[in-house]
Amino acid sequence: MGWATMAGVTIREAARKRLLWTALVVAVGFLVLFGLALHYQVQDFAARSTIPFLRYQIVSAMLMIGLYVVDLLAVLMTILTSVETISGEIASGTIQAIAIKPVPRWQLLCGKWVGSAVMVLAFVALTFGGTIVVAWWMGGVVPEHPLQGGLLVSLECLLALAVTFAAGTWFSTLTNGVLVLGLFGLAFMGGWLEQMSGFTESARLVTIGIVTSLIMPSEALWRRAVFEMQTPLAGALPFSPFATVSIPSATMIGYAVCYLLVALGVAVWHFHARDL
Amino acid sequence: MTDRQAPAIRAEDLRKEYGRKVAVRRLSLSVPVGTIFGFLGPNGAGKSTSIKMLLDLVRPTSGRATVLGAPAGDVETRRRIGFLPEHFRFYDWLTPPELLRLHGRLCGMSAVRLRERVPALLDLVGLTPHRDKRLWEFSKGMMQRAGLAQALVHEPDLVFLDEPTSGLDPMGRRLVRDIIRAERDRGATVFLNSHLLSEVEVTCDQVAFIRDGEIVASRDLRDDGSGRVGVVARVRNLSAHALAGLGAWTSDAALEGDELRFSVPSAIVLPDVLRHLVGAGADVSSFAPQRTSLEELFVRIVGEDRGL
Repeated sequence: MGWATMAGVTIREAARKRLLWTALVVAVGFLVLFGLALHYQVQDFAARSTIPFLRYQIVSAMLMIGLYVVDLLAVLMTILTSVETISGEIASGTIQAIAIKPVPRWQLLCGKWVGSAVMVLAFVALTFGGTIVVAWWMGGVVPEHPLQGGLLVSLECLLALAVTFAAGTWFSTLTNGVLVLGLFGLAFMGGWLEQMSGFTESARLVTIGIVTSLIMPSEALWRRAVFEMQTPLAGALPFSPFATVSIPSATMIGYAVCYLLVALGVAVWHFHARDL
Repeated sequence: MTDRQAPAIRAEDLRKEYGRKVAVRRLSLSVPVGTIFGFLGPNGAGKSTSIKMLLDLVRPTSGRATVLGAPAGDVETRRRIGFLPEHFRFYDWLTPPELLRLHGRLCGMSAVRLRERVPALLDLVGLTPHRDKRLWEFSKGMMQRAGLAQALVHEPDLVFLDEPTSGLDPMGRRLVRDIIRAERDRGATVFLNSHLLSEVEVTCDQVAFIRDGEIVASRDLRDDGSGRVGVVARVRNLSAHALAGLGAWTSDAALEGDELRFSVPSAIVLPDVLRHLVGAGADVSSFAPQRTSLEELFVRIVGEDRGL
């Protein structure tokens, strides 16, 4: 059960370094801000006697904006908090005293990954779930398929975690951070270009979007999550983070899952094979 | 499967290349069970890389090694191995007891055993007064003591200590020396890499010298009388017959005034030589075996510092 020990150490380290509490404060701060904005908006609706249909659509759009921020925040937190986990311990030599213990290297790496994953999923559950609860409580709005949406955002974060771990077995902390953020930036850009094709009707922009999704399927997961959660009217808007111009298929979701598993497998293989 | 009758460590032609650079050329050695083995060599000779290969932290380019009778890196055998890295660093947010409990758990120790072992070990390395501090508050010497404790927490059969006394004050060095001897007396084998030759000289049973990634010499330092010994004696009334009689033990006896110099293959014969001289009527006022210090041996074998 060496992996369980390492998972526990990873979580305890985050708690000792006040990472957990900082993330909690950020999450609560975000939810308070989101709740406050919704509260005032709903008050304005009441003062102006806005019709229920329009009111519902606007609060739904605000909810999607909130979830969009949650998605970005969760992915960035995942990368920033895990970028040093493997590469930092290799560079400092900390890993040497652990790697000679009677625990296979794959368990050391997977234990750390599981510990990080538990924290990331807890953060997503808190912020994603909290945003939905706040929107329902303040504005009476719930997304279409919140569970599917939450699972897809969680998958996106786990994907980020696996890629960061894999790169961490090869590169220094700084290079790892630049590489992984660059990959996610690439996917982000590809996603927007694909959305833009809704305006320009350019098949080549769609192709660029698909290719970037194959290189890094993170943005495809978010766009699928949006498709699952948004109202039909919001989805009909051609140029927004929530447009459904090109909906990632179930095959692309399967590809993302395979991508995650391959990234984790590569991390395990290279961590096992490399000199420490 | 481990072979408990095998040497604690056996390396055959281990080689490690980093691209075009050869870090270890050809490492072959055998370390008997229950000895304190000193591993000596100048900076960059390949000592740390050799230790890392024996611990499977670094994979050799060629050659093979067995540790405690099993191939180097065997996961189960690691349960019987302790290691203090040269620059011991660990999660500095832990306290010393937490550090030891973590390492003990990774070695498969039970909570009951750890409850007994951890306080005893902290006491042994002198960290009991600092047990509630975080490691980030520790000086280098205190960190070294904590590192030594983690290497010993599971009472290993084989301990690798890479520069264990670096950063320690004289009291700390003495403590480490005593701990190393206690480990040997317990039956453990200690593989010691240290630059402090005086420490090695008084601690180790055997030493091997590594230069340019290759073992160039080894010596048994135990006081068993083996090894060539030079003698300088002050002698009067030494007859030619008595001088010639030394030929039974030595071929290089030389007398200059009162000073007689010669060497014998082993210190074991020295009492016989002294009896011969006195029996032949010579007045022997001093009789001093000349032992070569480890430092002299090191310089002779490894060569002068080629830096600067």
